[in-house]
Amino acid sequence: MRLYATTSQTVGPFFQIGLQLLMNADIASPDGLGERITLEGQVLDGDRIAIPDAVIEIWQANAEGKYAHPEDSQPKPIDAGFRGYGRVETDDNGFFRIRTIKPGRTPGPGGSLQAPHLEVTVFMRGLMKRLVTRIYFPGDAANENDLVLNLVPEARRQTLIARECGEGVLRWDVRMQGDDETVFFDI
Amino acid sequence: MIQTGDSALTARSSMEVYGRPRGGTQPEYRHLPYRSCEKRHPTHALIEIPHTLSEITGPQFTLEDIRKSSCDLTKQGSGEPSGQRIVVGGQVLDEDGRPVRNSVIEMWQANAAGRYMHRWDQHHAPLDPNFPGRGHTLTDDSGHYRFVTIKPGSYPWSNHHNAWRPAHLHFSLFGPAFATRLVTQMYFPGDPLLPFDPIYNCTADEEARKRLVSSFDWDTTIPDIALGFHFDLILRGRNATLFEE
Repeated sequence: MRLYATTSQTVGPFFQIGLQLLMNADIASPDGLGERITLEGQVLDGDRIAIPDAVIEIWQANAEGKYAHPEDSQPKPIDAGFRGYGRVETDDNGFFRIRTIKPGRTPGPGGSLQAPHLEVTVFMRGLMKRLVTRIYFPGDAANENDLVLNLVPEARRQTLIARECGEGVLRWDVRMQGDDETVFFDI
Repeated sequence: MIQTGDSALTARSSMEVYGRPRGGTQPEYRHLPYRSCEKRHPTHALIEIPHTLSEITGPQFTLEDIRKSSCDLTKQGSGEPSGQRIVVGGQVLDEDGRPVRNSVIEMWQANAAGRYMHRWDQHHAPLDPNFPGRGHTLTDDSGHYRFVTIKPGSYPWSNHHNAWRPAHLHFSLFGPAFATRLVTQMYFPGDPLLPFDPIYNCTADEEARKRLVSSFDWDTTIPDIALGFHFDLILRGRNATLFEE
């Protein structure tokens, strides 16, 4: 019998109660491999008002481009202790901060290699189902040929690429609406 | 469909990917009866992308991450919480009916008076010091899960005049992949508020809505202790054939 995926419902305003235990702002351990980065950003609504009740979840590969998941059969080293999972909530001013490492390149469609990227889920009150987006890294030559990035109209692509904001600090905002609205993906 | 030429499509069809939802079974982002949507829904169309290794993998958790004992929400204070004790259980399955094993479930809810233990909930109803209102568990080898808790109360909210949320539990599941992430709410059978709730009434497909309502269940009802409610959760299934020529 074919079943249908359960209907999504909003995470609501009180998600901290249930989601606190698996919050994780430090994706990479201090002695882990890879180029360490701090990722900062703000989540803004259609009036550019800060959203203080959003959840950002990250999923990423390790510095070698290997996911800590049985589905990843690439002959690349697993970084012990690196799971690649992050979850943070926005603060009262809509800000969030995650410390991690820049992931390596991972396989893309048709034998291509993807540019380093973080997979992102956004939840918030007012959002009936998750939004999915990606964070790419500024100045990475691999961005030019990234198949997913190239599905995005050029004028909107910069919403997916973090900005350098000091040494080892990247800035990436989520804008829910508007001309510079963040690109969200249908997966 | 993606417009990137044959190579992308071929790559996609040769990969085992997760199926897309059946029309009408998932809410639209723009669902204005729910007022908070207005400034928070994307106005541009989402861009469809193929499933790469990034989407078909996802975070995996163990009992160590969630602590084993947290599936009984009535045992988290120094005494018994107020309210009607209930057992909520069911199975987590994919769309082909295969159990989703050893997968984390996060659950949270209001107390029996309809108040959340949260700084932003200033609803004029008592907090219950014996009821933080959170639970975590892993599905077992057959995809089953079970929480012992108390039945949450309904509560007022500011969506419209005299707006009340039907009693509900919040569920959060990861499943096997980034693509299978689900956050939803479970309702109770016969709740008179269901026809009026904009969050429950978010899908065109009425059957999809009804699947968010648990059923009263004698099998999990514990004599003299707690009423049982059955609620299955269905995650997206793999659907490689969908894109084959």
